[in-house]
Amino acid sequence: MNPQEAPTASSGSVVRLSIPARAEWVAVARLAVSAVASRQHFSIDEIEDIKLAIAEACTNAIQHGSPDGTIDIECELRDDELVTIVRDRGKGPRLGTVNEDRIGEMGRTEELGVFLIRALMDTVEYTSDARDGTQLVMVKRVSE
Amino acid sequence: MDIKVNVRESEGDAYVVDLTGEIDVYTSPKVKDAITELIDQEHYNLVINLEKVRYIDSTGLGVLIGGLKRVREHGGSVNLVCTNPQIKKIFDITGLVKIFGIFDDEQSAMKALA
Repeated sequence: MNPQEAPTASSGSVVRLSIPARAEWVAVARLAVSAVASRQHFSIDEIEDIKLAIAEACTNAIQHGSPDGTIDIECELRDDELVTIVRDRGKGPRLGTVNEDRIGEMGRTEELGVFLIRALMDTVEYTSDARDGTQLVMVKRVSE
Repeated sequence: MDIKVNVRESEGDAYVVDLTGEIDVYTSPKVKDAITELIDQEHYNLVINLEKVRYIDSTGLGVLIGGLKRVREHGGSVNLVCTNPQIKKIFDITGLVKIFGIFDDEQSAMKALA
């Protein structure tokens, strides 16, 4: 193959991964997504942010129940951002209830994961209903 | 991926917990067990060394917070040794820098227990 024809990350590249909703598989998800992110021009710190946010989303999916036992992860590389969608069949955390001013207080550890997702990603959208389960859409943009 | 936990006695009644690896939803129970065992043995002054920890998530933070709550009930303290900028950043953005003593080396962390 001509080196100039070697495949590179480009807009519209999508990677899908399904993992069992069990603690031992979260590391696989975060490492896979960080590998996808490394195809974009993210800094090492930004890739670490993405890694942690994806792990927190998977941990939430496990902790809040996933009746069919699967977490579906979809990553799309766009021009200057990574869009990651984490879906499960559980009810999920209620992102709107996090009180950011009190997050560092002892005893509020259940909110830390959600807080971290919001702090580390540029955009976070959350939907949940009894029929379709929970979907978390997270966007991380490449810093200028 | 795994976590290695090493517990050793230090000066006075203080104990040091050396952690090596990654602390997440899968490995944090092992860290929790080590800290719980020390507290159950009435050791309430702890230094937890995170220098060789490459990654920590909210479940790991929860274990550390749980340990701190328990030792404080007995007048004890938990100090952390942490130099990894990414991990320090997590303590910073979660506000946990306000409740933990975080030090660059074990000697300073130990001294601050006294």
